[in-house]
This record gives sequence, structure tokens and C-alpha cells, in this order.
Amino acid sequence: MLKQKLVLALAATFVVTGAAYAQSARDYISVVGSSTVYPFTTAVAEQFGKGSKFKTPKVESTGTGGGFKLFCSGVGVQFPDVSNASRAIKKSEIETCAKNGVTDIVEIKIGFDGIVIATSKKAKPMALTIKDLWLALAKEIPEPGTGKLAPNPFKTWKDANPDLPASKIEVLGPPPTSGTRDAFVELVMDHGCKEFAAIKELEKVDEKKAKAVCQTVREDGAFIEAGENDNLIVQKLVANPNALGIFGYSFLEENLDKVQGETINGVVPNFDNIADGKYPVSRPLFVYIKKAHVDVIPGIKEFIAEYTSEKAVGDEGYLSKKGLIPLPDAQRKQVSANANSLKTLAP
Amino acid sequence: MNKPTPAAVPAAFSRDIKTIVNAGLQRRHAAERRFRSYGLIAISLGLLFVVLMFANIIGKGYPAFWQTYVQVPISFDPAVIDPQGTRDPVAIESADYAALVRAGMRRMFPTVEGRTELRALYALVSSDATYELQRRIHQNPALIGSSQEIWLLASATVDTLVKGNIDRALDETERPIKDNQIGWVDKLQAAGKIEKQFNTILFSSGDSREPEQAGIRGALMGSFYTLLITFLLSFPIGVATAVYLEEFAPKNRWTDLIEVNINNLAAVPSIVFGLLGLAVFINFFDLPRSAPLVGGLVLSLMTLPVIIIAGRAALTSVPPSIREAALGMGASKLQMVGHHVLPLAMPGMLTGAIIGMARALGESAPLLMIGMVAFIVDVPKGIMDPATVLPVQIYLWSDLPERAFVERTSAAIMVLLAFMVLMNGLAIILRKRFERRW
Repeated sequence: MLKQKLVLALAATFVVTGAAYAQSARDYISVVGSSTVYPFTTAVAEQFGKGSKFKTPKVESTGTGGGFKLFCSGVGVQFPDVSNASRAIKKSEIETCAKNGVTDIVEIKIGFDGIVIATSKKAKPMALTIKDLWLALAKEIPEPGTGKLAPNPFKTWKDANPDLPASKIEVLGPPPTSGTRDAFVELVMDHGCKEFAAIKELEKVDEKKAKAVCQTVREDGAFIEAGENDNLIVQKLVANPNALGIFGYSFLEENLDKVQGETINGVVPNFDNIADGKYPVSRPLFVYIKKAHVDVIPGIKEFIAEYTSEKAVGDEGYLSKKGLIPLPDAQRKQVSANANSLKTLAP
Repeated sequence: MNKPTPAAVPAAFSRDIKTIVNAGLQRRHAAERRFRSYGLIAISLGLLFVVLMFANIIGKGYPAFWQTYVQVPISFDPAVIDPQGTRDPVAIESADYAALVRAGMRRMFPTVEGRTELRALYALVSSDATYELQRRIHQNPALIGSSQEIWLLASATVDTLVKGNIDRALDETERPIKDNQIGWVDKLQAAGKIEKQFNTILFSSGDSREPEQAGIRGALMGSFYTLLITFLLSFPIGVATAVYLEEFAPKNRWTDLIEVNINNLAAVPSIVFGLLGLAVFINFFDLPRSAPLVGGLVLSLMTLPVIIIAGRAALTSVPPSIREAALGMGASKLQMVGHHVLPLAMPGMLTGAIIGMARALGESAPLLMIGMVAFIVDVPKGIMDPATVLPVQIYLWSDLPERAFVERTSAAIMVLLAFMVLMNGLAIILRKRFERRW
């Protein structure tokens, strides 16, 4: 009896507090999404909280996909207002959003993030190309001559390209749940495999198979999934000079005394090369805003203004100090104009 | 086994057994010594890892308890703070305090010129310096017009340099701090204008993206509110369940089923409780995301089985004679439990509860689902405010690129470990002081 009453009382409390909460509007902005964009959005949120009369937004680190799932669940104070993404929103996600009544979405492209392939400073630099990387990391590669697909036989970098050193292929990278991994697959693996005639042939016959061949990373120990924590990969590289690591540019910038970024197709991963678009492995980062919340939750317009201001995303803005590569001037102006006029994505 | 008495066995034969036993004896002693040394090795390995872990964390974390400050001559120029001379609090609040900091830095190094050089000079102090001046004027408007030497928070890179964590021998491009900045810091140090003070910010402020301004107070308060809810819910319900199951419930198939289920629940991975919390408390009851209330509810689901199991064990250890004596004196069953059994079992129950709470304190996985893995600057003031908890704060800091967060991560781990040790210590004291042996 006592227990039953307790349970009933508890259930009643939830309903009452829940209802009370739903009635009282949330007075802070709620942000969810990518852990890659998290360090940038949090910096903006903090500046925004200090420099305005509004409360500091709450920024959750849920991953890009998880963020969109929450973002697209509906309109109302219990749903987030902003979603961080390390890739553009997918068509399927726009559809889910629309199904739940989230139709007007404002997109802000905040800048670029370079993905670097780095080694310990003790290691000799390697001049890698996207083709070498694909040959070293793909699960199946076309046999020279016949072009038939066979399991990747390469043990050392020299096997993949005679100009490279004869050290073991050992690459530490993020797991498939990570946006960095998605970007690496898209920017390196997808491009690397297109350099082979056999794959191009296959693409004409069976596009799906070709895509799988391009994107599947080998599972025999040459590619090691080292978790989402980029600091951990840096530490492992220091301990193992033979290994290569894949992580975001901001971690290279903070650890230049320990690791060096390898050149890809002859381009050094540095601020200027990524900003110019010369460095091939870089991706844009985005922030999405629910337009329906703009006048409901206080401060969203001002938050957009802060996020698109020169002092945040400009060439010398505080985000560039945190490792974000700014957009080119003209594009930045365009993005800022679109965002501040709340121009929504075309459905 | 037959035991031959020496008299019954011929002398030669007995000598034979003796030699056999003696020969085997050495082997048996050796086996025992080996077994003991395996045990010793296992224990010392365990201890070694504990010591290594502590040495690593404390070695990395203790510098975080000190923070570098720079003494800057600030003149609270009325022309900047209050140009109209109205002393209007709103106008004073929004004055350009950054200009005062910049002027102070220039006063210390009058020869520095040029935009990039000056930017590098201003970067020596934290962006918090501006707000520090604002706070001081807010507290004491009489300061306007005066000039003072004020200790301002140094930036994280200066802090890292002063703590010796930046290799000066490296090339300028590989360091986060430039040669000219190192020169200025050295000059300031020689003049005694750089000082390490106890890092009160670490304990007094919430999270920040600037390492020198980041603190764990928000996470500590979040942990406090979450555990408060967990305790208030799981302890009474856990104790009531244990008492009912142990003292009142009939022994039948239903209670067996419940018992098996409770034992199973204790082994369910914590992330599952997070998913459950998301579905029930947030999606169904519409409770806010990231609130300690929901965190506490989820963690109490996780802690309940632990408390119930420990509670039942404590109840069974109370001898039946106590119950029989109470009943024999005419006590009702409720009086017997309430006056005699429960007080005697309470130390054991509390121990179980504290160990369950210590586990809940270290939990982060289920909180991801309910939105407590978040950047929250404002220190939570209640169970409905967005909050994060200590282990989550550690996880979030460990994933940030800035080098200065490494020591703060370790410092936060030290604080978490201190609370764990405290709670487990309390559990041991309770057990030692109040437990009765029968």
C-alpha cells in the first residue's frame, strides 16, 4: 500500500512538474549536435552569454546524427533550437524534420575544418597522396594488370608506393560513428579509388558495389579505430613513431611540438592552405537553426548575429584562434546576410 | 585413508614412508611458497597500477590548483567608463573595460607598437580581465578616477609557459606562444609582476571554453542535485522494497520472479537506464532535458537494485532470535520490524546505499541520453536548471584541443576521486562503528 501510494505520488509529481515546465517557456537557447563543432559553438555561446543580456546557451555534444534526430523531433520548447553538424543536413533528415513539423530551417556555414594525417615528430615525413592512402587502407584493391578485386595484400607503405618508406602500415583513426571518419571516407577514400580504371569500369556496371569497394576500410589491423578522442590519438602517435593518425586540424595546431601533419598530394596542412582550399582533405562545418523558434526562445536572432559576426568567424575572429578555418570573405558575407535575414533551406 | 600407527608397521617400512613424505614435503612447501608469491605478485601489480594511476593524475593535475596572474597598472579613467559623468549604473556597466586593460598593458610596455605586436601583447591577459574590471567597478563605483595595480588573470598560454609546460627551445612556429611574448613574460617575471595564486576559479565558476576561466562548480552542483534526487528516491524505495520482500512477502513464485529480476537489473548496463529515462521521463512526462531531476531519476533506477540487494543482505544478517523475542513480547510484525530489525540492519543498508551512490556519482553513460553531456556555463541553482555532472565534465574537457585543459582534466579527476574516497570511507566507518556481530 505504502509503496503504491509512493509510486502514485511520484507519478503525479512528474506530471505536475512536467506540465509546469511545458507551460513556462525556456529562457535559454538549446543547442545539440556534432562533437567537432562543439568547441566552436561553445566558444560562441560563452561570448554570447557574457556580452548580451541573454542567458548562456546550453550546448550538448551528441554527434551530428544524434543532433539531427533531436532537432527534427518537433517544434516546441522541449525540442532544441540549434543543431551543430560536421556535414550538411541529409535529404532524409530534412524529410524527417518536415514530417514532425520542422519545415523552416536556417543553415549557417561557419567555416572549414581540415582533417590531417599526422605522425610523431620523431618520424620522417612522408609525401602521401590520396591514391597511396586508398591503396594502403582499402579492404579490397584491384590487382595490377588484371584489375580483379583482391583483399589488400600490402603490409608496408613501400608496397603501396615504392617512393614511400618500408615501414608498417598502421593508421589510427576515428570509428564509423564519428563525423571525422565520414569526412575522411568521403574526401580520401572516395577520391583515391577513382584513380583506378578498374573501379571506374565497375562503377558503370554496379554503382553500389563500386561505392562499397571505395569506402570499405580494411579490418586486418592496419587501420585501428582509436576512439572519438583526438587527444588520445596524439598521445598514441607520440608513443609509436611508426603510426599515422587521423584527426581534426585544431588538434594539430595545439600539438605542433609533438606531431607533424603529412603533406597530401604535396600540400602541407596549414591554416592558409586549408583556407584557400588547396589542401584536399577539408570539410565545411554547419549550424542549423529552427526558424519557428526564433521569436519564441529569447536571443536566437542575436545568437545568429554573434555566430556570423566578424569578431567570431572573421579572419582574426576568436574561432580562428580555436582552430576553425574561416570562409573566404565573399562567401562569409553571403552566409551572414542569408542567416541574419533568416533565409530558410529550399525544401 | 588408513592411518598406520608406528607400532603396527615394520621399522623399515615406516622409514620408507618417512622418506616418501620427506621427499614430497619439499615439493609441497615449494608449491605453497609459489602460491603465496603468485598472490603477492598479483597484489603488488594491482597496487603498482593504482600508484601509477594516482601518480599520473596527481602529477598532471596538481599545477591546475595554481593559476598565473599578471599585475597591471589600471587607471579607471572616467572619460572611458563614464564619459557623460552621470554615474548611471547602466552606462557604467556597458563601458569599454577592454580599453582599460589595453591601456594598462601599453603602460607596462610603452615601446611596443604595431597592430600585430600589440595584439600579441594584449593576448597575455585573459579575456576575463575585462569582466574583472567591470565587477570591481560594479562593487565599488568610487574606484572611478583612481589608478591601481590590479592582479589580472593571465591567459592560458602564459599560464602554461610559467608552469614550464612549453618547451622554449622549440621553433617559434611550433609553440603556442611567440618569442616576443616570451620576452615580455620574462620581463614581467623579473619585475615580480607575475605571480601564481591559488586557483579559486576552478572551484567558484562553471565551465568555460577558455581554460584559465573554466571551473568545476557547475558540475559539482549538478552532481550534488542529481545525487540528492537519487538518494531521496532510491533510499526510501529501496529500503521499503527490501523490508517487504524479506519480512512480509510470502515465499512463492511471484516473489522469486521479482527477486531474480532485481538481481538482473543490478547487472544491466547503465546506458540502458539512460534510454529508458529518455523514453519515459523526457518523452512521456515532458520533463526538461539536461535537468538534474531527470538525471537523478535515471540514476536512482540504476542504484535501486544495489540498495535493495544490500538491504536484504543486511536484513538476513539480523538473527531470527531478535524477531522471535519481539513477537514473543507481543509486538506486532510492523513493530518488530520498525523497532528492532530495521535499526539493527540500518548500518548495512546505509553502507550499501553509499556504495550505490558512489557508483552513481561516477556514472556518465546514461546521462548522455538525457542531455547532461553539455556545455553549461551558469552554475545550476535547482533541480530543473540545465546541469552537467563531474564525470561528464572530465569527459568533455579531455576532448578539447587546448593543452591547458589537460591539467584541469586531471584536477577534476582528483576532485572526483576525493569524493569517491570520502564516500567509501564513510561507508567503512559506518560499518565499523555501528555494525553488530552476532
